Amino acid sequence: MILLPVLPIIIPLAGAIICMFFRKNRRIQQTLAVLFSVGMLAAALSLLMHVRGGDIAVMNVGSWPAPFGITLVVDMFSAVMLTLGSLMAVVVSLYAGFDLARGHIRFGFYPLLLIMMMGVNGAFVAGDLFNLYVWFEVLLTASFILLALGGEAPQLEGSIKYVTLNLLSSALFLAGIGILYGMAGTLNMAQLAQTVQEGGHSGLVTMVAIMFLLGFGIKAGLFPLYFWLPASYPPPPLAVTALFSGLLTKVGAYSLIRVFTLIFSTDPDFLHSLILIGAGLTMISGVLAASSHYEIRKILAVHIVSQIGYVMMGLGLFSHLSLTGSIFYLAHIIVVKTNLFLLAGAVHRLKGTYDLHKLGGLYKERPGLSILFLISAMSLAGLPPLSGFFAKFTLIMAGVQQEAWLMVVVALAVSLLTLFSMTKIWAYAFWKPAPTPLPDLQPIRPVAWIAFLLPMAGLTALSLGMGIFAGPVFRYAQAAAGQLMNPAGYIQAVLGGG
Amino acid sequence: MEVALAIVIGVLYAGGLYLMMRRNLIQLIIGLGLLSHGANLLIFTAGGLRKGGAPILAEGEKAFSALPADPLPQALILTAIVISFAVTAFALVLFLRTYQTLGTDDVDAMKETDT
Repeated sequence: MILLPVLPIIIPLAGAIICMFFRKNRRIQQTLAVLFSVGMLAAALSLLMHVRGGDIAVMNVGSWPAPFGITLVVDMFSAVMLTLGSLMAVVVSLYAGFDLARGHIRFGFYPLLLIMMMGVNGAFVAGDLFNLYVWFEVLLTASFILLALGGEAPQLEGSIKYVTLNLLSSALFLAGIGILYGMAGTLNMAQLAQTVQEGGHSGLVTMVAIMFLLGFGIKAGLFPLYFWLPASYPPPPLAVTALFSGLLTKVGAYSLIRVFTLIFSTDPDFLHSLILIGAGLTMISGVLAASSHYEIRKILAVHIVSQIGYVMMGLGLFSHLSLTGSIFYLAHIIVVKTNLFLLAGAVHRLKGTYDLHKLGGLYKERPGLSILFLISAMSLAGLPPLSGFFAKFTLIMAGVQQEAWLMVVVALAVSLLTLFSMTKIWAYAFWKPAPTPLPDLQPIRPVAWIAFLLPMAGLTALSLGMGIFAGPVFRYAQAAAGQLMNPAGYIQAVLGGG
Repeated sequence: MEVALAIVIGVLYAGGLYLMMRRNLIQLIIGLGLLSHGANLLIFTAGGLRKGGAPILAEGEKAFSALPADPLPQALILTAIVISFAVTAFALVLFLRTYQTLGTDDVDAMKETDT
């Protein structure tokens, strides 16, 4: 039981190493990747069960006591992120077997996927800031290579932007860590929270907070720092894009929520208002940019930005209800967004294009695929009774409660524009007759097609389930947000007695 | 000493950011390198500059006679150096490959993916 928090890190590492032994054999690699992802999911689920009652699982690596050693901490928020992240790894590794070219697999798609998962999980369980930095670098390095895998011109261009801006953000983050260490003499998040709260708020703390906001903001895709995202997400193979959209920006969002509830919560008037303004602009600019595109991948990629705006809106409002909304929303978009990308990949597998002008008539040809897409798209737009509706409803309720009317109006308007973008994809690709008949690239046997669609059907069912059983999900998110709003529990769990 | 290091860090940051805003890929990567050196020196300086010895107690001693140097910032910097070394190596390969594929090292010419 005591080793549980380290499992989500060790399992993918072991998987990656074993995968390397079978470089030439794609079938074994895929089986291994799926198996290890399922193992990771099992570990995450048992952590979820462990912390469900409100406990916080703490592990001191090498038994060095808390502020000195490396501490891994899993609270309810971490556990839910771990679970969803692992689930996405399972789905994407299943999907990748069908979709990826041989070359991508030979150059190590699966080991890289597992290494990236190790970094992502590490960031979710890290209990001190420097470890968070190291895990960020692990996942970034793996993601750099995944992004450039295949080496086509648009991919390389996108990679350069992604690499440069992410290194800049890491440098900012590292500098913030350095200054914070100079002030507080510790990097353990629990002890930092204590020190900063006791020290009251000073100018230097606010400045460091801004450095973290910029550093994580670049990674999360916050306005005005998201311009790398539409350039670098669409070009790589779709399995990569889907995985990134489900996880990478969300790790940034997770870190923002973590540090701005735990450490930098002493000056909400300035800091959280700043986040709120950023969130509003993020939503608007993301959704407006999306409405001008006619390529499915681009539309979905730019929408990631506006979704991040919603998550940050919850952090910016900084109340129990709004954080509940943020957590609910994060869970919802990880599932729905990844699913939409995978379904777009299925369209591409059939027709060989993402261009809405060329596509058409898919509803007549593939009703099953179309229904899956419709459910996910409507969930993203926030139609009841799907998961997106309840997540947005919670956030907007929080806005109404705090009389942040402008934010409420923005959130509702952006929601409407999201619906517009989604119906645009629906109408162009599925509804209208194809401008010129577009034959299937290669015939796929019905059995193989159904097997291919299974992971997507699973995610769609999960999204439906999160809508229908919104009550339990909401209560869980509420409890997780309660832990975030009350850092004393976290501090006590880590430092003991505190 | 702090003042001198602060100036050095400032110059490294300024130089790094200036180079990153140039159009050439090689200048971009040198800029990134300078930036990470600046961050490392910043950790070193913010961690406190002391002339004390190593923080290791001799046998039989129970306390330090003079305040020793803080080993933690150095450990952090060492980690950061290793990471930035690896990332720089990767970035160099990526840039070389980009140059070979696109036939240019001018960042301004890489606008295909922006629209």
